[in-house]
Amino acid sequence: MSLLSVDDLRLSFGGLVAIDGLSFSVGEAEIVSVIGPNGAGKTSAFNCVTGFYRPTSGRITLRGRDLPGLRPSAIAGLGVARTFQNLRLFGELSVLDNVRAGSHLWLRQSVLDALLHTPRYRRSERECTEQAHHWLDFVGLRGDRYGQARALPYGEQRRTEIARALARRPDLLLLDEPAAGLNHGEKAEMLDLIRRIQALGVAIVLIEHDMGLVMEVSERVVVLNFGREIADGRPEDVRRDPAVIEAYLGGDPAVLEESAPEETVLEEQTAGQDSAGKGDSAKADSAGGDAHA
Amino acid sequence: MSATKVRRLGTDSPPSRASKLLQNRWAGLAGLLVALLAPFVDATPYALSVMTSAAIAVMLAAGLNIVVGYCGLLDLGYVAFFAVGAYTSGVLATRLELPLLATVPAVIVVTVVAGIVIGAPTLRLRSDYLAIVTLGFGEIIRITANNLDVTGGPSGIYGIPHLVEGPVAFYYLTVVVVSLAVLGAARLGRSRLGRAWRFVREDEDAAEAMGVHTYRVKLAAYVAGAVWGGLAGVLFAAHLSAISPGSFTFLSSALVLMAVVLGGMGSTPGVVVGAVVISVLPEILRDLADYRFFLFGVLLIAFMLLRPQGLWPARSKEVP
Repeated sequence: MSLLSVDDLRLSFGGLVAIDGLSFSVGEAEIVSVIGPNGAGKTSAFNCVTGFYRPTSGRITLRGRDLPGLRPSAIAGLGVARTFQNLRLFGELSVLDNVRAGSHLWLRQSVLDALLHTPRYRRSERECTEQAHHWLDFVGLRGDRYGQARALPYGEQRRTEIARALARRPDLLLLDEPAAGLNHGEKAEMLDLIRRIQALGVAIVLIEHDMGLVMEVSERVVVLNFGREIADGRPEDVRRDPAVIEAYLGGDPAVLEESAPEETVLEEQTAGQDSAGKGDSAKADSAGGDAHA
Repeated sequence: MSATKVRRLGTDSPPSRASKLLQNRWAGLAGLLVALLAPFVDATPYALSVMTSAAIAVMLAAGLNIVVGYCGLLDLGYVAFFAVGAYTSGVLATRLELPLLATVPAVIVVTVVAGIVIGAPTLRLRSDYLAIVTLGFGEIIRITANNLDVTGGPSGIYGIPHLVEGPVAFYYLTVVVVSLAVLGAARLGRSRLGRAWRFVREDEDAAEAMGVHTYRVKLAAYVAGAVWGGLAGVLFAAHLSAISPGSFTFLSSALVLMAVVLGGMGSTPGVVVGAVVISVLPEILRDLADYRFFLFGVLLIAFMLLRPQGLWPARSKEVP
């Protein structure tokens, strides 16, 4: 049985159809990428899985358990962690505190423990801090851990967000454009990090525009266009799929084939800074009509 | 400590000597010492009354700080819980002729219920809407007290028994209770729940994604604030031995909020300093007669312009 299974997912906001029949599944410790032009419905699909949106119809199950209708926190409780496209760190709090958020679900500590500073309180606080350091080491954070998260450079903030999600000890991790805005060297580190997360036994669903990264790391790739799924398969098959080349790339197969890193890096930096993410609108001209979705 | 085994990649800068001295524990002990020694400087009934009121204001500020400072919920009707606590203990003590101490369990139960009743429907709202609804609830409680017979209507309740005999003894009792309340609030702030409050304040969606049931956590902040306010109300009733709806106006809510903002939201030493300033400054300015509150207002504006982060803001850097 697959870990996550999405079956004929549909989502519309009033008259606007954001997702129009998406189906895919993710096995244990598998990496699946969801790609598609901006506005194709990728992040909406993430929001449906994590409970932030309620799908109009369709089934989403985690180990056979239905997810729609549950609160995001309840879904997190079932072992799902996520990062956000536009970085949602707790900016005023210390980097360590941010990662401590990941321990919220497994830390055993009552209000009475906290008021009386019982041994259990001290033990759990120590464990929580150690775990936060552990995951910050794991993602290779170099910045100041005791300072405010918002003071970190952009790339370090991305790492912190991933450390926070990992501190949850998830079975399924959803990464929404983890390489957006990163430079070439940082992207290579991100690739390595994603592999090391997989090695922990965590399944990963990845939304990413950097084709080099996607093709390198994914076991399967799901392609969305206009909210509709147009391909689902191994990376080498998807990149040769004529429908994908036509719809996603506007008939320019060179990007999928070669994926010149410098070129994509430039694009992603614009996408990272601009929350609307219009970075590759030029590339996806033919598909960009519904970029507001 | 085993944490030191962990390999650190980060450029951790150790805290400076000054920040260690300002650590909450030492600052708290120093503050307690000042409070304990104050009657030796001036023990006139007037001074003791001002100091007792200041201590009660500190407790209110510590309670509101949980709601506004930690959890980021703007509550403009906080004095409602102060009133619920004061009236519950006042009514029980005078009608049933109970000693005031015996009313405390009832006060806790009633304020918890009041916190849930007021919080449950309103905490689904965000920011501005919450502020307006809490403002309304504050007024509802006051107007209800004004119109019920059991609360004595507009003239309120008088003849509330003392907790202990003599203003000096009561002052020290108040200091002890308020110190415990401040310590408790600070400890809650440094716990799993306290972190969850801050996560909610910073980013509700991200907190929810990390498994924080934001609604429950907000309700917990609200109920904790209610209990703190209610217990402060018991002290208030014992202090004045008479309470009336006029003691629980919107101005009181605004002043407590002012204490929290002036001192530094989310900062325990900050809100203590803020509450002391708010309650003592008008007394210092008493010689100015009619201009007293004018100057008070001007000074508050000046404080906020010069130190918008508060007199003693929460640390932005974590001390390991």
